[in-house]
Amino acid sequence: MTDQNEPKKDEFPQPAQLSPEARAAQKRRNLWLGLALLAFVVLVALTTFIRLSTGTGIAGRM
Amino acid sequence: MTEMTATEEKRHGTAGDYVQLMKPRIMMLVVFTAVAGLVAASGVTGISMHPLMAAIAVLAVALGSGAAGAINMWYDSDIDLVMKRTSTRPIPSGAVPRDEAIAMGLIMSGVSVMLMWLASNWLAALLLAFSIFYYGVIYTMWLKRSTPQNIVIGGGAGAFPPVIGWAAVTGNTPLDAWILFAIIFFWTPPHFWALSLLAHGEYQKAGVPMLPVTHGAKATRFQMLAYTVILLAVSLTPVMTGLGGWVYAVVAAVLGIGFLSFAVRVWRSKAGDSDAAPADMKLARSMFLFSILYLFLIFAAVIAEHGAGLYFPLTGGVR
Repeated sequence: MTDQNEPKKDEFPQPAQLSPEARAAQKRRNLWLGLALLAFVVLVALTTFIRLSTGTGIAGRM
Repeated sequence: MTEMTATEEKRHGTAGDYVQLMKPRIMMLVVFTAVAGLVAASGVTGISMHPLMAAIAVLAVALGSGAAGAINMWYDSDIDLVMKRTSTRPIPSGAVPRDEAIAMGLIMSGVSVMLMWLASNWLAALLLAFSIFYYGVIYTMWLKRSTPQNIVIGGGAGAFPPVIGWAAVTGNTPLDAWILFAIIFFWTPPHFWALSLLAHGEYQKAGVPMLPVTHGAKATRFQMLAYTVILLAVSLTPVMTGLGGWVYAVVAAVLGIGFLSFAVRVWRSKAGDSDAAPADMKLARSMFLFSILYLFLIFAAVIAEHGAGLYFPLTGGVR
């Protein structure tokens, strides 16, 4: 026995279909976000390295 | 506030739209004055900062400025849509969704404060956090729509960068740092009101209580003159404390007289009045442009003296 209200398979929400322009814009945004994240990691690593090499640790800044 | 776009057609945001969200022209002035504070602190105290750490501290100030700009554009998207001058900004034009703008503003705020703390000290990071809060919340969300003194009090937000730069180097904020703050603070009203004399109709349409809208153009022109006189006096105090030498003194005096000349001519004109001649409006615009040059050259003189070895003291100073 099946439920009459149960949606058929083809009625399930489908992933959003982006236009080629929207897809390209999304890819560009993702690329910039990735680069920004990488830059942030590099900057944190650099500041940590300089602090350690110059002998001014976290405690020294407090 | 509701989601609004100037055009029905969907636009896909480019990297340029996200850069515009950070108000890059304001960011340039913010970075320049922060560098001046950093260089002056180093020159006056003799304390040096690791060049890379100094660069990261300056980057943190730039990011903080961009974050505050994004928060401002997020909150003001409704009035930006109404005003012609701002209707092409990323949110009202539909290029950037509002929720993305606020997310960007908040994330960049956190990143900038954290980077500042890592690159310098907690005081500089705290001042940066407060300046973002000052611009994004105190000015944008509270003062701008509630009082004609909005840009006078709100000007404090834009005045913080040299203090932050100074604190990044020394870990404290002496009188000289606050004098640089005061120069920007008293520069802001005549600078911004010169622009609002040209666009007060737009502000009225958007319901923003700018001084020309609430008190009229004549009262605005008088207050511009009053603040310019105060600015002229404040801009010469670095000479008394020893922060400014001969180069600074000459630059500040000459530019100050030029700024005062503009303020007097605008005060005597009908700029902003309904029967103002085109020449009057042109004069207000010229004063606005001159004010940008003024601030740039004043802080360039500070950098030249303390960063390029052009400091020739006039007095022993009171420091």
